[in-house]
Amino acid sequence: MSEIKFTIDGKECTARAGQTIVEAASSSGVYIPTLCNYDGLKPAGACRICTVSVAGRNMAACTTPVASGMMVENNTPEINDMRKSIIEMLFVEGNHMCPVCEKSGNCELQALAYRYLMLAPRFPYLWPRRSVDASIPKLYKDGNRCIQCLRCVRGITAADGRKVFGLVDRGGRVRIGHDPELAASLGEEQAKRAMELCPVGSLIRKGVGYAVPIGKRKYDGTPIGGELERA
Amino acid sequence: MGNNVSSKIKSIVDKYGGDRGRMLDIIRDVQEELRCVSDESVSEIAGMMNLSRVDVDGVVTFYHFFSKTPVGKYSVYLNNGVTAVMNGRAAVAKAFAEAAGTAFGGTTADGSIGLFDTSCIGMNDQEPAALINGIVFTRLTPDRAKSLVAGMKAGKKVAELVEEFGDGANQSDLIRSMVRNNIRRKGPVLFGDFTSGDSIKKAVAMKPVDVIEQMKISNIRGRGGAGFPTGMKWEFCGKAKAGKRYVVCNADEGEPGTFKDRVILTELPHLLFEGMAVGGYAVGAEEGILYLRAEYLYLREYLQDVLGKLREKNVLGKNAGGKSGFNFDITIKIGAGAYICGEESALIESAEGRRGEPRNRPPFPVEAGYLNQPTTVNNVETYCAAARIIIEGGEWFRKFGTNQSAGTKLLSVSGDCKKPGIYEIEFGTTVQTLLEMVEGRTAKAVQIGGPSGACVGKKDFGHRIGYEDLSTGGSVIVIGPDRDLLQIVKNFMEFFVEESCGWCVPCRAGNVLLLNKLEKVMDGHGTMADIKELESWCLTVKSMSRCGLGQTSPNPIQTTLKNFREIYEAKVRKDVDYATEFDLSRAVKASCEAAGRIPNVHEEH
Ligand SMILES: Cc1cc2nc3c(=O)[nH]c(=O)nc-3n(C[C@H](O)[C@H](O)[C@H](O)COP(=O)(O)O)c2cc1C
Ligand code: SF4
Ligand code: SF4
Ligand code: FES
Repeated sequence: MSEIKFTIDGKECTARAGQTIVEAASSSGVYIPTLCNYDGLKPAGACRICTVSVAGRNMAACTTPVASGMMVENNTPEINDMRKSIIEMLFVEGNHMCPVCEKSGNCELQALAYRYLMLAPRFPYLWPRRSVDASIPKLYKDGNRCIQCLRCVRGITAADGRKVFGLVDRGGRVRIGHDPELAASLGEEQAKRAMELCPVGSLIRKGVGYAVPIGKRKYDGTPIGGELERA
Repeated sequence: MGNNVSSKIKSIVDKYGGDRGRMLDIIRDVQEELRCVSDESVSEIAGMMNLSRVDVDGVVTFYHFFSKTPVGKYSVYLNNGVTAVMNGRAAVAKAFAEAAGTAFGGTTADGSIGLFDTSCIGMNDQEPAALINGIVFTRLTPDRAKSLVAGMKAGKKVAELVEEFGDGANQSDLIRSMVRNNIRRKGPVLFGDFTSGDSIKKAVAMKPVDVIEQMKISNIRGRGGAGFPTGMKWEFCGKAKAGKRYVVCNADEGEPGTFKDRVILTELPHLLFEGMAVGGYAVGAEEGILYLRAEYLYLREYLQDVLGKLREKNVLGKNAGGKSGFNFDITIKIGAGAYICGEESALIESAEGRRGEPRNRPPFPVEAGYLNQPTTVNNVETYCAAARIIIEGGEWFRKFGTNQSAGTKLLSVSGDCKKPGIYEIEFGTTVQTLLEMVEGRTAKAVQIGGPSGACVGKKDFGHRIGYEDLSTGGSVIVIGPDRDLLQIVKNFMEFFVEESCGWCVPCRAGNVLLLNKLEKVMDGHGTMADIKELESWCLTVKSMSRCGLGQTSPNPIQTTLKNFREIYEAKVRKDVDYATEFDLSRAVKASCEAAGRIPNVHEEH
């Protein structure tokens, strides 16, 4: 495998051919925030929080392969402010209720809001009417908290490869739909995986809840991206 | 669901061999037959094709012309674009609604007539216009709306409601449409003399690389808006390793205000198809696809007929152009109402029978496009020009236009001018010269390149039309002195909100936030801080969005803020730094009306 040399904010990094900027940055100890991206799933480029600038052009770091000699700008005030505004858009576009959400402390959206020091969103709330769906036997699906990251769509399929979840409608009305029969056949392991895949509290396992107390959850002690930066 | 319905769906699915790639055709036929694609129909289709229900549902709900609820035996789609509004759309809509007895967005109680809004249908020079069961009705008036409803109520066939035919091929037996071409100015590239077969014969006598070389010499850049050099695109496509390659013609023409591709499809389809064959020869493709927007469905039979004739003449088919071993043919794929499907990778997704969501790049379509094979996607006008370039040579072509923008450009002109229609002009023509031509001298603003382009004012009328100055895919909307520019900007933003695919956050949420903020300013609740925020949010949406839609959708606000800042400043309050957009009187209006009370609200301003 050929090695590629490139820089992120001036720091020399190396990558393997075919790696995305996000992957290469991570193996070089540089944190680029991601939200819709998930290890092992095909990148979607949906949330755009990983946006970096290369030669004055903005691109999603999760879908763009590194190229030799690339000079990536990642940690600049302009880019960080725009990333923060993406987080804020996600908060106003849905209805998030961190204090009572089971995902609180394990939620990537919340963790990113802390990381980017969001106090109140700069955008007015849109207060959309979103529905809660309790029809899936093992999962509780709350549209209010869904950020349309498509992680469930990409990560959960039936044994024969058919989609369990999928995007329906378009524009601001898009939401995650599911195939009722395929969703009903989800086993315990798959339900668990769905909840893990979901970065927010939109897919919650039924029958178990609040297993880890607040204070001991993933981002309660370490900010998101923290492990990478300490290493 | 009745067995009857189930068997109807079965025969439709069978007709297309249960092919996943024909999903749009299957859904269109189901919709046409049952007047909607209900949850039950979705389940049936999914079951028969062994797909996930949500896969089918995702496609049905993505496209504007598919509906899960009944659209009526007669479904009226009335354009809500700006020129329709300028030409009295509101009164026409009112007449339709009153005569039919239902509001827009619904169907009459007996399920006979459905009324719906729709984005630009490519008739900007003859608005207000509507599609009724796919048939175009132009230059509508309130009286005409009433007589149309009367005809529908009497159970007439929609085709019988067409009272006069337009010009040219619109009168032909296979079109029989009232649409007018309004060709105002013919130029040498598109409208020069053309004998069918000449271009492909000349092309196949050359080596493919030499055909591409002529394209490069001509300096032609794509006519669809983005302006990528066509020679280079063909070269990339031709060189990409592949089992098969594809040539796709983008006839989606969704940018509000453009209709030039419609006129080409009507009057010069042989030139277009031959250009596609030239492209096929150059890149090494055997299959061409014309992706036709659903709004132009009325041209399908006619275009099929032209294709048949070209096969007879051996312009297409086996040994096309008389070149043994070069087999090239063209099929037509039809959209279902989605502006985003003009974006080339979304178009490919749609042609494959899926939701028209753009793909992430790389890979680009020239490496992995239709069915993941190398594909060149070009605009209708680009292929026509290519056919001509092969006949006349690249050098000939680059003599027209400017250094960076060679050749001529077909413009679709509409709005406040005496001569709306299409004009083939040389690149480098100034806005002022164009305004003289179209007799729109009183314009206070001109929208160049449609909503995703720029709105320029008088001080910029000396600028030139071309990639290096005022870039355009073809739409030119003339805005007269009495128009409210902010209303126009709002109409454009509503369009983008409706047409965003919804995949990425900045475009999906950002455009809604921009529209709301614009409304706040228009309602008189804005301050100077709101103008600043508008400016900065425009930048965020443009620089963070995934595809060309979100990367240009803030343009109506951004370019009017730049060129007509005073209209924003005149609307905002300068006495305060912050004003809430919450309007107590408005918030309680409905409840007060219901209760018959006069609100006792203390108004500060
Ligand atoms: C939202 C959006 C809509 C578009 N609509 C069209 C269209 O209707 N027709 C078209 O030719 N190109 C359209 N384009 C540009 C195409 O993506 C592509 O650049 C073009 O078809 C390439 O052809 P050309 O090189 O011949 O111009 C659109 C792009 C975007 C982002
Ligand atoms: S349900 Fe969760 S994983 Fe699925 S799209 Fe919504 S936020 Fe993402
Ligand atoms: S910018 Fe994003 S949401 Fe908008 S149309 Fe493109 S991909 Fe879809
Ligand atoms: S992580 Fe790259 S776009 Fe979401």
